[in-house]
Amino acid sequence: MKAGLLCREIFGKSESEETYMKKRRNILILRALSTATVVVVMLAGLQRVLMPKYTGADREGSMIGEYYSQEKDHDVIFIGDCEVYTNFSPAVLWEEYGINSYIRGSAEQLIWQSYYLTEETFTYEKPKVLVFNVLSMMFNEPQRESYNRMTLDGMRWSASKIKCIEVSMTEEENFIEYVFPILRFHDRWSELTKEDFTKAWKKDPVTFNGYYMRVDTLPAENIPEARKLGDYRFGENAYYYLDKLTELCQEAGVELVLIKAPSLYPPWYDEWDQQIEEYAEIHGLKYYNLLDAAEEIGLDYSTDTYDAGLHLNLSGAEKLSRYFGAILAEDCGLPNRKQDRELALKWEEKLQAYREEIKRQKTLTDNSAAQ
Amino acid sequence: MLFTSYEFIAFFFLLIVLYYLIPGRYQWMLLLAAGYVFYWAANPDYLIFLLAVTVLTYTAALLIDQSLVNQKKYLKNYGGEMDRQAKKEYKALQEKKRKKIIVWFLIMVLSILASAKYINFFILNLNSILQTMGSGRQISFIDLLLPLGISFYTFQAIGYMLDVYRGNISAEKNFFRYALFVSFFPQLIQGPISRFQDLARTMWEPHPFRGKNLQNGLLRVLWGYFKKLVVADRLLIVVDLLLEQPEKYCGAYTVIIMIFYTVQLYADFTGGIDITIGIAQVLGIEVQENFRRPYFSKSLKEYWRRWHISMSSWFRDYVFYPVSASRAMQKISKGAGKLWGAKAGKRLPVYLSSFVVWLATGIWHGASWNFVVWGLLNWAVLMISEELEPLYVRFQQKFAFYGRLPYRLFQVGRTFLLICILNLFDCYEKVSVTLKMLFSVFGAENWKIFADGSLLCLGLTAADYIVLAAAVFMMISVSLIQRRGSVRTRIAGMRYPAQAAVWIGLFLMVLLFGKYGIGYDAGQFIYNRF
Repeated sequence: MKAGLLCREIFGKSESEETYMKKRRNILILRALSTATVVVVMLAGLQRVLMPKYTGADREGSMIGEYYSQEKDHDVIFIGDCEVYTNFSPAVLWEEYGINSYIRGSAEQLIWQSYYLTEETFTYEKPKVLVFNVLSMMFNEPQRESYNRMTLDGMRWSASKIKCIEVSMTEEENFIEYVFPILRFHDRWSELTKEDFTKAWKKDPVTFNGYYMRVDTLPAENIPEARKLGDYRFGENAYYYLDKLTELCQEAGVELVLIKAPSLYPPWYDEWDQQIEEYAEIHGLKYYNLLDAAEEIGLDYSTDTYDAGLHLNLSGAEKLSRYFGAILAEDCGLPNRKQDRELALKWEEKLQAYREEIKRQKTLTDNSAAQ
Repeated sequence: MLFTSYEFIAFFFLLIVLYYLIPGRYQWMLLLAAGYVFYWAANPDYLIFLLAVTVLTYTAALLIDQSLVNQKKYLKNYGGEMDRQAKKEYKALQEKKRKKIIVWFLIMVLSILASAKYINFFILNLNSILQTMGSGRQISFIDLLLPLGISFYTFQAIGYMLDVYRGNISAEKNFFRYALFVSFFPQLIQGPISRFQDLARTMWEPHPFRGKNLQNGLLRVLWGYFKKLVVADRLLIVVDLLLEQPEKYCGAYTVIIMIFYTVQLYADFTGGIDITIGIAQVLGIEVQENFRRPYFSKSLKEYWRRWHISMSSWFRDYVFYPVSASRAMQKISKGAGKLWGAKAGKRLPVYLSSFVVWLATGIWHGASWNFVVWGLLNWAVLMISEELEPLYVRFQQKFAFYGRLPYRLFQVGRTFLLICILNLFDCYEKVSVTLKMLFSVFGAENWKIFADGSLLCLGLTAADYIVLAAAVFMMISVSLIQRRGSVRTRIAGMRYPAQAAVWIGLFLMVLLFGKYGIGYDAGQFIYNRF
């Protein structure tokens, strides 16, 4: 022992001691790395399981994410809130006009979210036309966390997503909970269903090119009267992002078309309509108030809506798409691409799924009516 | 920035990295900066209070220290020429000067605390008096800022000042070093109330990185988060709901409030202290323990030796001893001795000093009458127990079951129940409501709430109750194991896979079962507001 100590003093650590220390260090590093790997894998898996799947009654949270698996050569991209994803059917636009379109809609999509979604979309593709539903101009500041989640969680990570989160967050929200959604959804452990496990990694799309299909009917009978507002002017923030959206489209060479979808509620005030008309005129944009064209479209609110006038059902959406398809083809000069064999084949598949879903939903509706 | 915020966790990890990257001699400076950033992040205006308390106590200690040094020097130089009487007179004069300094500075420091915490309580009572006297005049309340943890750091600083005055320690000359003692961020807002001689020097020393400190400290922090987020904040949901509507939730619900609040208070406060001690340990600094399994106490007296130890010992050293040794008490003792005998003469000053301590403890906890009543009730129970002590002893000698496990369990259960009842005075601001709620238990007809599913309508699901029960079981188990030594040492002695399983398991429990994020008000710890 003494000799060993003496050797150590003279020559430093012995070779065997050094080897031992090296080994020990390696073991520690290996342990740390393996534990870290286990934890990260475990957390990633847990996060997948705990995040809402949005495949039941609240499908709206799945919409934004479905875009990424699509081919990226659309002629038209619709952008906006529920008034786009329930009211327009890309299947009809293809079938009737050969227009390849996609709806990047989400529940209560705010205008800054529409802007950043457009910015992100343009990194994938440059459509000929971008159709923006102007209802979200009514909001000037962040609204609800649950709706933010439905738009933002589906977005892929990009500079657009980061900026979008920053401007969308309500006071109670925290950026880190978007980076690690497990921090937000950790308390779902007690409400997990079989679906949360089976659909954690793969789930079927809930939309048809962004269209949320509903075949059931709930007639619009008692539309609440629009309450008077103190100030009808759209907010500065809303205008700021509308300006940005206009500039973005101009720079990208994409025609921006403004629309107001023909939903009866929430109310669309004449004062609001006038402001959008003025804006469109100043900026040389097309603006279609489809609410005013309901008769021309042939909408019957006793049969064409599934929730008493808020959103159109399949029947209403198909009527509107036929009408609007003609506008896109004639006013915006979009060509019929049915001759594109590859695209036509893809659409054939999509149309088949679309028809099957109609059939499935109709059977369900008929059965529940019979009961 | 609160312990439960994401910002704090990021702040803490960034600090650890910086702390061990910079040379050891600068570490304390980083801690000082961290303390001020931490407090500033909670509210920039709080810094005024922290700085004022620091400057005042630092100055007072320096002046007193200087006076002591001067006295020593003077006596060394001229002591030989002075007779005993002259020396005594000189010392008395110097002592008087120092007393003047300490009294004035105490008044100033306590004024800061009073102005922040007690001014509206004073106005409220003044208004009541004015009303009783028939005066229509009412004084408006002042909208004042109540800095987080002001009572903790003020008491810590006062303790330092008094220790210098008593000559127990020398004053710290370096202002920044002293400022670190007052503003050490892990304990800034909820204690423990440390002593200068225990804490200060270890903070200034260089602390080389030690894996063991990191491991033990982080495990303690994780355990603290477990108690706070899984237990305390889960119970908070029920407690808050029940306290909101005393008319609706009385009778059997009062039992739920008492038990849930008592467990919540424990998990919240000890969880916070676990985080504090754990963080300090990661930084290589040892902070004294503030609890020793208080709910295992067999009497209230024992409970107060095990609960919030730093506060109890602070009141003992800086209030109880000076009051009981004061001239006034000596006079009272003599008087009582003459009137009621020597035994009473000895006891009366103790009881009266305890009365002052418990009155102060009550007021320290909050500026409202419920805390005053809570403090005095504690005093009353302790004094009655003290008086009945001979009876207990006789009883214990007579019966064989004394000291056996069932009897010990009975004692623990009885003390816990007593603490539950006393804690009810924390819950409602009005003493009358507390008493009404307490008495509602005796005439309660709603005991069926424990079986008819009413408990599931209080904001927690059945799954939540299962988690809660399991978590409380874990806390009790850990406390039981702790009696035989450190749990963390046992874990460190396990084989690596078992160790990793404990770490990962605890981490996942906090992550999944913790009540935090949107929809939960995890935020503040109960003791932050004191």
